[in-house]
Amino acid sequence: MSAEAISESGARNEFWDGVRLSMPVVVASAPFALLFGAIAVDNGFSVLEAFLMSALIFGGASQMVGIELFGQHVAPWLIVLSIFAVNFRHVLYSAGIGRRIAHWPVLQQALGYFILTDPQYAVAEARAASGQSVGFVWYLGLGLPVYVFWVAESALGAVFGKLIPDTHALGIDFLLPIYFLGLVLGFRKRPLWLPVVAASAAASIIAYRTVGSPWHVSIGAIAGVLLAVILPPHHSGVGKRP
Amino acid sequence: MSTTFWIILAGAVATYLTRVGGHLVISRFDNIHPRVEAGLNAVPAAVLTTLVAPAALGAGPAEWAALIVTAVVSLRGGLMAMFLAGAAVLILARQFVG
Repeated sequence: MSAEAISESGARNEFWDGVRLSMPVVVASAPFALLFGAIAVDNGFSVLEAFLMSALIFGGASQMVGIELFGQHVAPWLIVLSIFAVNFRHVLYSAGIGRRIAHWPVLQQALGYFILTDPQYAVAEARAASGQSVGFVWYLGLGLPVYVFWVAESALGAVFGKLIPDTHALGIDFLLPIYFLGLVLGFRKRPLWLPVVAASAAASIIAYRTVGSPWHVSIGAIAGVLLAVILPPHHSGVGKRP
Repeated sequence: MSTTFWIILAGAVATYLTRVGGHLVISRFDNIHPRVEAGLNAVPAAVLTTLVAPAALGAGPAEWAALIVTAVVSLRGGLMAMFLAGAAVLILARQFVG
């Protein structure tokens, strides 16, 4: 077996490792993609426009907000600003994951940032935290199925619009919080985990009740991150080297 | 081109800026201060918590049961196991408490 063949089969394994980890995300986001498509058409989008929005933005919550505002005939610039606000948390993901993928070629990085969603970030960050390197092939294996299913199911939802039966009984409105809780708990071994989670939870709940959605996401996240920055470094497990 | 198309396109550009922007800002610094690094390490738990906490507070018994089971399973199982367990409890519980 030549070295090239070995590295090629290694890359294939990496890819399927990523695909395997993408499955919970594909399952959890499926109802939302279908729902998005259905709501989009309901709010005056064509099937093509619903498809395009999923293919180009690829951010579930922001698409839902955008569609909702579009349906209420809000000014276009305000819709775009709202999409930006909902997605603003990605700035933090971007800063965090940049450390892990800086060794990739620029075009691969550009693509990597395009598919940088909540679960993509969390799973990649968890892999880096466990001491494994975050390779492009693995990252693509993790993100590509989510993207393909998201776009296809959005179009499907748009075509079949109102065929989804009782969404409440199927629990689809609460699948993502369950999935995100699983991700949060996956980081529980990190230094400062509990104080950060407590600060973010409190701040996001207060912001949700006062300022309102979607700002509670950015405000809550900044509260948790600020706490980690403010506490002395010996608590946060970095800068221990003499 | 329709207004809808331009909204989608501008939304896509705005979204991509958020996904690449943090990296572009941070990469300008040669070495990262320990406090900044501590902040970056806190990002996943901080952001994901905000996607759970308000939703959990506004929910009912069925959702709480699902979250508790998810948390318990997470002590032992992997991500898929805890997700499926939480989803199963949610669907089951909603048949009874709506």
